[in-house]
Amino acid sequence: MIINGVPHDRAPRPGQCLRTYLREEGCFGVKKGCDTGDCGACTVHVDGLPVHSCVYPAFRAAARDVTTIEGLAGDDGLHPVQQRFLDAQGFQCGFCTAGLIMTTAALTDDQREDLSRALKGNLCRCTGYRAIADAVAGVVNVAEPVPGAAVGASLGAPAGPEVVTGTARYTFDEDVPGVLHLKVLRSPHAHARVLAVRTEAALAIPGVELVLTHADAPERRFSTAQHEHASEDPADTRVLDDVVRFAGQRVAAVVATSEAAAEAGCRALAVDYEVLPAVLTPESAMADGAPRLHDGAERNVVAELHDGFGDVHKGFGEADVVYEETFRTPRVQHASLETHGAVGRLDEDGRLVIRTSTQTPFLTRRALAVLFDLPEDRVRVLTGRVGGGFGGKQEMLVEDLVALAVLRLRRPVRHEFTRAEQFTSATTRHPFTVTVKAGARADGTLTALSLRVVSETGAYGNHGPAVMFHACHESVALYRCPNMRTDAWAVYTNTVPAGAFRGYGLGQVSFAVESALDELARRLNLDPIALRERNVVRPGDHLTAPGDHADDLTIASYGLDQCLAHLRQAAAEPKPAMDGWQVGDGMAITMIAAGPPGGHYADATATLLPDGRFDIAVGTAEFGNGSTTVHTQIAADALGTTPDRIVVRQSDTDVVRHDTGAFASTGVVVAGQAVLHASRSLHAVLRAEAGGRELTETVLKEMAARRRFSAEGHWGGSPRSVAFNAQWFRVAVDPGTGELQILRSVHSADAGTVMNPLQCRGQIEGGVAQALGATLAEHVDVGPDGQVTTTGFRQYHLPTFADVPRTEVLFAATDDAIGPLGAKSMSESPFNPVAPALANAIRDATGVRLTDLPLTRDRIWSALRRAGSASP
Amino acid sequence: MDLNTVAEVISPAEVGQWRPGDAWLGGGTALFGEPRPHLTRLLDLTTAGWPALTPHDDGLEIAATCTIAELAASGHDIAEKCCHAFLASFKIWNVATVGGNLCAALPAGPMIALGAALDGTALLQSPGAERVVRVADFVTGEGTSVLREGELLRSMHLPAAALRAVTAYRQGSLHAHGRSGVLIIGRRGDGQDDKGLVLTVTAATKRPFVLRFPQPPSAELLQVALTERIPDQAYVDDVHGLPAWRRQLTRRYAEEVRTELMS
Repeated sequence: MIINGVPHDRAPRPGQCLRTYLREEGCFGVKKGCDTGDCGACTVHVDGLPVHSCVYPAFRAAARDVTTIEGLAGDDGLHPVQQRFLDAQGFQCGFCTAGLIMTTAALTDDQREDLSRALKGNLCRCTGYRAIADAVAGVVNVAEPVPGAAVGASLGAPAGPEVVTGTARYTFDEDVPGVLHLKVLRSPHAHARVLAVRTEAALAIPGVELVLTHADAPERRFSTAQHEHASEDPADTRVLDDVVRFAGQRVAAVVATSEAAAEAGCRALAVDYEVLPAVLTPESAMADGAPRLHDGAERNVVAELHDGFGDVHKGFGEADVVYEETFRTPRVQHASLETHGAVGRLDEDGRLVIRTSTQTPFLTRRALAVLFDLPEDRVRVLTGRVGGGFGGKQEMLVEDLVALAVLRLRRPVRHEFTRAEQFTSATTRHPFTVTVKAGARADGTLTALSLRVVSETGAYGNHGPAVMFHACHESVALYRCPNMRTDAWAVYTNTVPAGAFRGYGLGQVSFAVESALDELARRLNLDPIALRERNVVRPGDHLTAPGDHADDLTIASYGLDQCLAHLRQAAAEPKPAMDGWQVGDGMAITMIAAGPPGGHYADATATLLPDGRFDIAVGTAEFGNGSTTVHTQIAADALGTTPDRIVVRQSDTDVVRHDTGAFASTGVVVAGQAVLHASRSLHAVLRAEAGGRELTETVLKEMAARRRFSAEGHWGGSPRSVAFNAQWFRVAVDPGTGELQILRSVHSADAGTVMNPLQCRGQIEGGVAQALGATLAEHVDVGPDGQVTTTGFRQYHLPTFADVPRTEVLFAATDDAIGPLGAKSMSESPFNPVAPALANAIRDATGVRLTDLPLTRDRIWSALRRAGSASP
Repeated sequence: MDLNTVAEVISPAEVGQWRPGDAWLGGGTALFGEPRPHLTRLLDLTTAGWPALTPHDDGLEIAATCTIAELAASGHDIAEKCCHAFLASFKIWNVATVGGNLCAALPAGPMIALGAALDGTALLQSPGAERVVRVADFVTGEGTSVLREGELLRSMHLPAAALRAVTAYRQGSLHAHGRSGVLIIGRRGDGQDDKGLVLTVTAATKRPFVLRFPQPPSAELLQVALTERIPDQAYVDDVHGLPAWRRQLTRRYAEEVRTELMS
């Protein structure tokens, strides 16, 4: 095979696909997104034709010419398409980018005119595709670095050149000599006791080195969820348990010299189960006499909230209109293009080193140290570039098992999830059932608001309590209402566990609350925007909601009025008339705390390098969110230099003391704050040392030669401000087919000072796109036996280029009193108002209130038919 | 994905070589897209040297190994439309084969729609025997076909008259350019002796349904025929669309096709 012009003689294995062969030959730019031919991350050219190498038999390419991303560029720098993706910043995490570039490079002019069709075989989970369309069209979005303030400029991501050339190194993009492969046998039963695992036949298979069962696992229980305070999550999970509580749970692991042997080993294991009664819904789990999943969880309730203020009965009595309805949101998968996975080894010093795709390297180190009784300094956790997270990687789903195998064998071990395992055995967004009752006077003033919330946490309680509490806070604290009541339960069931997901519960409850307020406005014949304006919190208001909530949350800047004004402007455009279609508008707003309650810590170190540049060490992970770009800008300004002289090292427990992690919308407001403090401190030290001289490169080099100059910064994540998001849609619905067209999408965000307009816009577009997936398409289904039935991208539809309209992104002009340089969070929150805004638009168009997500064409048509408004 | 249990590839393979644990290999896009732990050997057909497209006086012979890209470029409008009904990318078209799509026997298989709509036939070969079956009868249910163990699909034949006929096409999906939830193809008679309509329903139903009207049907007759010929339980119930919605789109698109072809 000729790969990128170089002959490769090694024969592929008979059943090998081209993707793995190319990676074994060192072409790590060829990615595994799905391994089923659906996502396009593995696109290469064979004899000039683009193909998906994961479903291309490797033997067939033996006498052919293969070009990968590594061979696309000529000798004179980047291929034009690579340059375009760089200029447009047509990527975020970058895991899909090599495939997109290889595809784009092969498009004809006609295909470039119809990207909806031409790119349907390329899934991007981060960008929402606008940036990709810009890249294909040759739009230059990135600003040239210029002297002066870096903060506020649309600078490109520092990793951009590596991303577009396929040289960015993700978790598995390095050769680990002698690495063993770990595969997992998973439970076919929703609830069962493991009576015996017979391992003899597996151990007899050539290449099998080790079989791990519950007998080998620590007795200690932990939570896969990672929080600064481990007590936030119930310790209900073992590395390998003698009771399995969902279909897809680990039963045993086989470690072997090849993936084939590990798989054969799993097939050779014989397991005796005692099948136990299972509960597959929260209702059945909470019923009298239901089988209990975990000791101590009465009625399978892992957390509950019952609280209120004022008197809701009196409040509803004072209302002119009261509306009550139940809303449901399904399980949703994060679907980051890089699956979960880790590779572990012992370093020369015998220290356990885990390279993993995580959002929380420091917390994972702590969890591993506790689990295996190791001092923290005997464990190092680091990441490569992380191929998307969305909350799914705020979880320890592979590292514990890899560590166990490494500690037993004292050899390197890798464990990489398949795409199917992502669906059956990782985590999902929590499915919620929310009954909301809302009352208002004729002028729109809210008199009472009550919620009944049931969140299904699945077989384990990871993030269950925290998601439930968060869900019930900002969703209603956004409104002034004298009488509120919330009753909420997080419930175990024998299903795939739910976990952290972008928005952390707010999106689910906001879907109900924002739908209900829309309905109140309609019934009172008021403009939904005006109803919001009458009831929203204002500067100086105390943010209050039923329940005990941390009191460090304040409105340190307020742009919600500007956001609502943006929506009003959009709505002023007259509705078009479309023959056969019903047209309507809808809006919704949400609020999110900039960081979690109870502390979120970041350390950063700024160091002068011998060459006069600056090293910034931060703990937080970069998974496409762009925090590295912003950290570079913050440091450049604070150090009086330009971003090209900043080098960021990150996501490695060796580089700084501690970092809680890249979650809870903290990349800018917490880690950024630490970077700001470290950079300012170093700058002060250097200026003092320079004694009045300007800090030119020459002066800096001279100083660096004398001694090491370094300064630390820390931020504890408190106090916290709030950010606001407002979404508006105009839609058209064909009542005869249920087809929905989004005619216009406008999103207004109050992010405080916008540190990098291009990066922030990308976060918002990506959030809206991911939310459109959850609103219009995505649902992880569990069958009657508890098995997940949607196990790939053919059954689980991710938004493609064709599904995502362009969203106009607007920013409120505010300056936050708490956030670094006036900035606020804007990473999770754009997701949250999308579903209710869309459902409200459909309500406006058709007169029908849709209560259950997702709103696929068949369900829209069915709902309209039930309501008697579908035409034949 | 890697099919790690496969220990051998026979290339080119021929009729008679099949034994348990073997799979005929076309492009591989379907075979390599799912775990196949029962397989030990692949019988590669793509090196057999079968011409992709062979025009005959009585029609077009499409080899099982003809790629979707080759068929899409064949100049037959209805064939190209059916290629666009693939959920899969144009990159998959470069590799996936017509025969592979037929043998997968999925309701949404657009090559099944094409063959059924044009009165196509499939040539099946087994050691010492050949048989010809109508494409409409080749698929028996969701993922099931008349293929016997070890039997090989050699080609699909589309008759010349049907290829020349005026056709109308409608595809419905839950998503833009998504997997077909319903695919309706109408074919008009040649206009002299035959003024009728042949209406083929696939994707919405578990197997193809071909409705033949010797005379142009009225709207009412068409709807009655759809109701009588396609029982409710024949509509597919899966994540790609609710059965009632598929039935609704079938009726709606069938009427649109009738109007387009009969006016």
